[in-house]
Parts: sequence; C-alpha cells; structure tokens
Amino acid sequence: MPPSPAVLEATTTSGFLLVLAIVLPVVGALLTFATGGRALERIALATLPLGLVVAAAIAFATPSASTPLVYLLGGWAPPLGVALRADGLSAVMVAVTAVVICAIGVFARADFRTPVQSIEARAPFAFWILLLAIWAALNAAFLAGDLFTVYVALELLTFAAVPVVSLNGRAETLQAALSYLLFALVGSVLYLVGTVLLYGAYGTLDIVLLSRRVHAEPATLVAATLMTVGLLAKTALFPLHLWLPPAHAGAPAAGSAVLSALVVKGSLFIVVRLWFNVMPGVPGFTATQLLGGLGAAAILFGSVVALRQERLKLLIAYSTLAQIGYLFLMFPLAFAAASAQLENGAALAGGLLQAISHATAKAAMFMSAGLISAALGHDRIAMLGGVGRVLPLSVLAFAVAGVALIGVPPSGAYLAKELLLGAAFATEQWWWAVVVQAGGIFTSAYLVMVLVHTLAPATRPLIPLVPVSWYQEAAALALALCSLLLGLVAWDAFLPVPHDTLSSPLSLETLSRALWPILAGAVLAILLGRWRNWPRAPLHGYAVAIAAPARRGALALVGILERADVMLRQWPVAGLSLLALSTALGASVLAAH
Amino acid sequence: MSTSIVFGLCAAMAAGLGLYGVIAHPQPLRKILAFNLLGSGVFLFFGVVARRGAAAGFGGDPVPQALVITGMVVAFCATALAISLLLRLFQTTGIATLRADALASRGTDPTDP
Repeated sequence: MPPSPAVLEATTTSGFLLVLAIVLPVVGALLTFATGGRALERIALATLPLGLVVAAAIAFATPSASTPLVYLLGGWAPPLGVALRADGLSAVMVAVTAVVICAIGVFARADFRTPVQSIEARAPFAFWILLLAIWAALNAAFLAGDLFTVYVALELLTFAAVPVVSLNGRAETLQAALSYLLFALVGSVLYLVGTVLLYGAYGTLDIVLLSRRVHAEPATLVAATLMTVGLLAKTALFPLHLWLPPAHAGAPAAGSAVLSALVVKGSLFIVVRLWFNVMPGVPGFTATQLLGGLGAAAILFGSVVALRQERLKLLIAYSTLAQIGYLFLMFPLAFAAASAQLENGAALAGGLLQAISHATAKAAMFMSAGLISAALGHDRIAMLGGVGRVLPLSVLAFAVAGVALIGVPPSGAYLAKELLLGAAFATEQWWWAVVVQAGGIFTSAYLVMVLVHTLAPATRPLIPLVPVSWYQEAAALALALCSLLLGLVAWDAFLPVPHDTLSSPLSLETLSRALWPILAGAVLAILLGRWRNWPRAPLHGYAVAIAAPARRGALALVGILERADVMLRQWPVAGLSLLALSTALGASVLAAH
Repeated sequence: MSTSIVFGLCAAMAAGLGLYGVIAHPQPLRKILAFNLLGSGVFLFFGVVARRGAAAGFGGDPVPQALVITGMVVAFCATALAISLLLRLFQTTGIATLRADALASRGTDPTDP
C-alpha cells in the first residue's frame, strides 16, 4: 500500500537512528583501520553493542508495520534528494542482523585475536574491518529508500564479503573468492541496467515514488527481469549457485556464519522490495511460479547433494542452498489472483520469518561446525564419532539450530511454515504446500545424518587439538536458542502476520505434527546418506534386507542429481543458465501483460 | 537515425561482447577485462538515457551522469579487488584458473580442512 504523501516530505522524529545505524559501523571500520594493531579488536568489539542498541531503538521507534521511519539526507525530499526509510520489514532485518553480528563478534574473538608476540596480524586486521563493513552495507541495503543507493550498498556488501572467503589465503579459497566476485559482478551489472532503464522511464529511483508511477510497459518489464536475475545471481538461487558451496565452505567459521546467515539475505531482501513494494503488479502469475519452481529445485538439489557430502562445512553450505530456495516460495504464495499482484500478507511474513530463522540457525550451525573442525583438526562427517562427548555444547547448539530450522514449535521456522502453508491453502496452490513440507523433511534428513555420526561412539580416544573456549560455544548456543524461540515474539507489530496463526505453538497436537517430518527425514537419511557402515539397530539384518534395494534405487537417482550439480557449477553452464533464466523470466513477465 | 540511437546501439554491442567474454572465456583475467567492457557498455547506456532526458537548458539530465560516476568508481574498485585476488592466486599456485580440478591435479588436496 502506498504511504500517505506526508511520509515523503519530512524526516520523522527518530529518523536520525537510521543514519546512525549505517554510520556507526562505518566509523568503527574506519577507526579500526586507522588504529590497527592491538587496539582494533577492542574498538570493533565496542562498536558491536552500540550497533545493537541502535538496531533495538529502530525496532522500538518504528511506529507500525506500514508507516515507516524516514530520514531525508540533507533535508532534500525525493525525487531531488535521497531518503532512508525503515518500515517493519527493514526494522526486523536490521535487528536480526545486529543480533547475529554481535554473536559472531563474540565467537570470533578467540579465532581472530592478534597474537601476543606480534604487533599486528593480517587475518584479524582484515576480519574485524570486513565484519563492520558488511554490517554497514547490510544496514544500508535494508534502509535505503532508492534503488541506486541499494546498488551501492549491495556492491559494498560484495566487496566486504569476498575477502572474508579467502582470509586463510589458501589457493582453493582464493579461487572461490574470485569466482564469487566475478559472478556477483555480472549480477550487479544486470541490476544496474535495470535501474537506469527505470530512471529513463520514470525520472526517479525512489522506491515510494516509483511504486506510484510504475506501470507495465516494455522498459519496466525488461528492467524488472534484469534486476531480478542480477539479484538472484547474488543470492545464489539454483541454478546460479556456482560460487556458493566453495565460498561458504572455505571461509573460516565466523566468516561462513556471516556469509551464509546474512550476506545472501541482503540481495534477497532487495528482490522482496522490488517485487512487493516497487512493482507488485508487474511480475504476474507465471513469473512468481517460475521463482517458486526454482526455489523448489534448489530445495531438491541442495538437500540431496548436502546429504552426499563428506565434509560437515560443505554439507551446511549445500543446506544453505536449499534454504535459499525455501525463501523463494513466498513469491508464488503471495500472488493474489483477484488483484493480479503480490500482496503484503501472510506469505511475505512467512518468507521473512524463515529468512530470520535461517540467519540465526545457520550462523549457529557454522559456528559449531567450526568448533568441531578446530577441535578435531578435520570435519569429515564419517569420522565425527565421539564428538558428542568431547564437545557436548557445540553438538547441542548444532542440534538445537537444526531442530529450529526443521520447524519444530515454537521456532521461527515453525511459524513461517504455518504462514506459508496457510497462504498455500488460501490461494489454492496445494503444490507449494507439498514443497514446503518436503523442505522440512529434507532439512531433518541431513540433521539426523550429522547427529547420528556425532553421537556415535568414538573409534579411538579423542583429544581436542585446541581448547575450545566456553564463550564460543555459548555464542553458538545462544543463536540456536534464539532461532528456536523466535516463534514466541509478537511479530504482528512488524510483519503482516494474521492473528489467528499465533494460537498455541506448544500444544500436544502441534508437537505431534512437527514430529513426522523428522521421522520421514530419518528414513531419507538412511536411504540417501553416506554411511561408512549402517547404524547398528535391533533387527539389523532385517532392516538392511528391506532398505538395501530401496537405497540402491535412490542412490542411482541421487547420482544423476550430483552429476547435474557438478555440471551446473561450471562457469559456461552457469552463464548460460543466467541467460536462459533471464529469457524465461522476461517471457513470463511479458506473458502476464 | 538520431545520435541517441547510434550510441544506444554501441552500448548494446559493447555490453553484449562483454557479457559473452565474461561467460565464455576460461581465463580469469579475460573475464575481468570483459566485465570492464560490459560495464563500459552500461555506462554508455547511462549517457544515452541522460541525453534523452535533457531538459531545462541542460545538454543532458545530470542525475544519470552522477550515477555513472558512482558506477565507475564501483567498477574500478571491483576490478582492483579482482586483480589483486587473481595475482594472489597466481603467486600461490602458479596458475590462474577458476577450475577446481586444475588445482586438485596440481597436488594440493582441496578436501583438506
């Protein structure tokens, strides 16, 4: 809905908070850069709580889900000036970003400490500056009021995120970082072409002004297509995911956490802005179904390939791929056939809640995987036996984060799932309900597989290579618990959540409904997982006799998917998919008008 | 044929050639150069839009000109970052490639944590 004209003309009383949210991390990053040495860690750690306070203040100051906080830079109103705006969606994203960044900061203190004997070390110096820069860029992307500021914010985000991948300086991570950068750059050029087309057609890039002027004409359709595809390349939606697995798996634990939890959400958020706020009437039914279909394919590919990984970090990286697909299910579900446009309703709330739950849970998962990998000196899933005894808190954090992600009440993912399922039934699109359930089952499949390995007895005595500090485990566990309890927050102040979905997340009936995806996931894990030897169970021989033929059939199918994934991650193939996706999306947008 | 159309076609050609290079060339340095060509095409397109939006005595709309300068700075930074990553990759491995199997055949084990 377009806000009242008054919104455009004045800075609201607490509008300065928006500037503070962007400037504070920038100042922190500049100060750390200027001082360097041993002080940098202290400055960075001091910036974190301040930013958290600002984010909380924005969340409290946001008057309601639809009327935004506004700050006009230099007092110039759009279209002449540039505005910063925080509506409910941005306020939520800024708050979650602050929480996750703070937890990552606490976690990273041990890994990125300047050694006692040296004046300055390369990795800590780079990491703390980049962490603050990523934070500033994300806040700018969430709060920007016009599409060009969004472009600059996304570029800053990419530039800050790429070096995080290659902090350890090894050849594979350098290669992953370069691939990530180049593919993201293609995406941002496509986005830039879209913005200039929109400017040429309407004379403004301000989101609110544009949403009033925009109508379906060739320039708008081409712009919408190019911008969307560009953002999808940066979000790594299947089949544009060539850079994601090596980049997210190769980065140090704290880096992986910030990349997987937050950085991909930046570009996703802009797709949401574009489709829901700028041009809700432009995409049409076919385009939304196409995005949802890619999401479903991402869930299938990402989850199946995740189940076949030998290394824990790669498994989590592929699970991110699947979860990104899950987030795109909100687009078809938000499409209202009656008005032929995307509605700000339950589906949008569900999608964003899932994004938030994923941000907190995935950061926790990468942190605990990092702790496990540091303690053991490797992260091979088959050799994780006994970790549950050595690092009980890390394994617990991993388990809680996974359980939250599956959608066990009262987690945020549970609420998101209810909202998405509700939207699927309200819009009579039962096929997306199937995909939503399948997503939960696949998630539980890889969680079950990892947990079975971590809880297995050790084959030889395990001695941690490095001591794991308690606050690192606490940071991971806190984020995991945060994800698990997100469903209890009163989201209707920020997101368009219908009131009746918040009924009773802890009743026996909802708990039992949450149980069957876990059981189904366990079956999937047995069929598709990489088992060195079968899990020992009563009636072992019979179980093997029944399961072995099914497993052979399933593995043949999985082999095809794995080979397809390897092929899709080749540069020329990914480039062709980019072009094919642009054509398909363009054609479906065109078909709607 | 007006100047806008001529420049627009040139922009489209440059962008198309650049896009082809980014996708098709296997060497990273070529990809970076092609990205710059693609960027130049897009910036030229900005110029065309500015020219078409000319009004009130200006030779061109100043807003796309302001945007294009920002865009150039961003593209410059991107190129610098990409080149430095590429140089580091070359120093570390002796080959500049984006193919993971090329690194593996060199003897480093990419599965090593």
